Amino acid sequence: MQRHLISAADLTRDDAVLILDTAEEMARVADRPIKKLPTLRGRTVCNLFFEDSTRTRISFEAAEKRLSADVINFAAKGSSVSKGESLKDTVQTLEAMGVDAVVIRHSASGAPYRLANSGWIDAPVINAGDGTHQHPTQALLDAFTMRRRLIGADAGLGRDLDGKRVTLVGDVLHSRVARSNVDLLHTLGAEVTLVAPPTLLPVGVETWPCEVSYDLDSTLPKSDAVMMLRVQRERMNAAFFPTEREYSRRYGLDGDRMARLPEHAIVMHPGPMVRGMEITAEVADSDRCTVVEQVANGVSIRMAVLYLLLGGNEPAGAQPATSHLRTEEK
Amino acid sequence: MSKILIRGAKVLGGEPQDVLIDGELIAAVGTGLSAEGAEVIEADGKVLLPGLVDLHTHLREPGREDSETVLTGTRAAASGGFTAVFAMANTFPVADTAGVVEQVWRLGKESGYCDVRPIGAVTVGLEGKKLAELGAMHDSAAEVSVFSDDGKCVDDAVIMRRALEYVKAFGGVVAQHAQEPRLTEGAQMNEGVVSAELGLGGWPAVAEESIIARDVLLAEHVGSRLHICHLSTAGSVEIIRWAKSRGIDVTAEVCPHHLLLTEEMVRTYNPAYKVNPPLRTERDVRALREALADGTIDIVATDHAPHPHEDKDCEWAAAAMGMVGLETALSVVQETMVETGLLDWAAVADRMSFTPARIGGAAGHGRPVAAGEPANLTLVDTAYRGQVDPARFASRSRNTPYEGRELPGRVTHTWLRGKATLMDGKLT
Repeated sequence: MQRHLISAADLTRDDAVLILDTAEEMARVADRPIKKLPTLRGRTVCNLFFEDSTRTRISFEAAEKRLSADVINFAAKGSSVSKGESLKDTVQTLEAMGVDAVVIRHSASGAPYRLANSGWIDAPVINAGDGTHQHPTQALLDAFTMRRRLIGADAGLGRDLDGKRVTLVGDVLHSRVARSNVDLLHTLGAEVTLVAPPTLLPVGVETWPCEVSYDLDSTLPKSDAVMMLRVQRERMNAAFFPTEREYSRRYGLDGDRMARLPEHAIVMHPGPMVRGMEITAEVADSDRCTVVEQVANGVSIRMAVLYLLLGGNEPAGAQPATSHLRTEEK
Repeated sequence: MSKILIRGAKVLGGEPQDVLIDGELIAAVGTGLSAEGAEVIEADGKVLLPGLVDLHTHLREPGREDSETVLTGTRAAASGGFTAVFAMANTFPVADTAGVVEQVWRLGKESGYCDVRPIGAVTVGLEGKKLAELGAMHDSAAEVSVFSDDGKCVDDAVIMRRALEYVKAFGGVVAQHAQEPRLTEGAQMNEGVVSAELGLGGWPAVAEESIIARDVLLAEHVGSRLHICHLSTAGSVEIIRWAKSRGIDVTAEVCPHHLLLTEEMVRTYNPAYKVNPPLRTERDVRALREALADGTIDIVATDHAPHPHEDKDCEWAAAAMGMVGLETALSVVQETMVETGLLDWAAVADRMSFTPARIGGAAGHGRPVAAGEPANLTLVDTAYRGQVDPARFASRSRNTPYEGRELPGRVTHTWLRGKATLMDGKLT
């Protein structure tokens, strides 16, 4: 494992499978009456959120608390891209207070990379989403959800997603979730197809390790998992597509389209969903839709990442963790 | 007046010769010149060039004296071998009146390190809406003949047309910062494979090329003189080539960093590489070098853009755009153009002195190294190799992309009208 988790592209196949396997151990904790491990007792983790994201922050906070870490939440108010001094000064202040890891969310692409590589601080940095760049724990929780649903929780241990066909639909251009997923799913052996109107695909997407299509209907029958990306309503005003209705007709997932999927296929969404535009209520509420599971899995994945990066002093779960889980991160 | 004999210098890279300076002028060029009564500079085969002229410098004064002042900027210029710089208008207040340009011009005179020719804004406050008093700036003591809203594009086609027409009355030139504003909203780097991966807003080549295409057609239509600032893409080169073949009166500049660096550097998220227009692709770099070699691009200009440390020591999106360039320009040109065999030193003199002086109308600069000419000269140790150390910069700011990088060549002496501004690598 690397010292930091900045990008899904930094993970090797073995790293990623190790995180997924560790998350399975962590998931078992959630089934216990007392959902807590002593692993990070005495360690302090700071959730440094320069951009609002209640869901991600709560997920990290739950993961940290289940590992018995002391948690500091820092929400930087004000402008979305705050002046540079505030990032540098803020993290140096935190480190002076003895923070052992920083979970950072920032509207500027590359801010976590800069934090990890500028010499401003020494603590491990976990990227909780930066601009339109990366959101690696989201990709990991998505992969974890796919592995559980398409292979099985126990059967999946040690396995990657070799040959699974995953379709990502929607605003790829502005999506850190899409970038992270393409990187990680490719590493795990899945075949990824991006489906979007050309205006919502980045220039240069043809070099990514995936297929690209403008046509959702022809892609669905070949998909084991379909991930709908959130489309922000303000994109409409910037002429990325003509109207919400036209977008919905061409790229929305409704009951008819879901029927084109193979029996076993699942529907995913990073949330929050815009019901009626990118996904209909009928699909969102069906048992093939994994949105709620993804949220639960997010906590397990973040526990696994924190555990592996911070090298806990106790075994990970009920069973002692394998020895290599706690090495190489100092 | 004092006499200086520069002995054994390769004038414009040719055979070693002696150059005798007497007062403000070159008295003689030849072999075996008498050293009697003269201070002797042993050139030992260094290359002697006419004093360099930069058509694109940001001196930041008035308004941002924490980044640079006319004094520190002209000291940086002398260190880099320049004897004249054109100071861009995006100061605070903007150089859009006779008063401001005269202030900059006067500060340049007082500094004494290099001639400062102010550039006037095309529009009031660089806002692109109303023409600034171009004639008044020309008629002022600063005698402004280059006008630019650099930092911003004159994107309104009618305003650009009027500016081009208006400056014809006094032989002026409009220097365009070619950047279609709508196509570059939120732009952080070159749009392409790397921006897609890094999740940084893209600055597409077409945003530059579409403005250049429009403006060369406007210049043709109204019969005016147009200059394109910091051209950065292969497509822009093609448009300039076409325009020149058609007889349109357009000139273009390229910055040293666009001749050497590519967008790959942005993967470091290090704001030292953040610049506008952005670093482009390897293909663009090759096209720019070839165009500078074949004369499609007329000159090298630094776009020296000083910023204080705190404006760069931060996350990419929050960082200021720009790099300092005066003190490294000639080294970068040596590495990218001379050592690649694309240009000889006589051609370097053309691209960095003769032609920029002609475009900007800098009297007394960009003159031949010959008897009777003003003694504006630069002596370069082309055999030197060393790492760039920003701590030694004369510029008040240190935002260089070359920190720790080895670059060839070093300016050892600069003379402004016969007076040394740089002596053995030290400012006088």
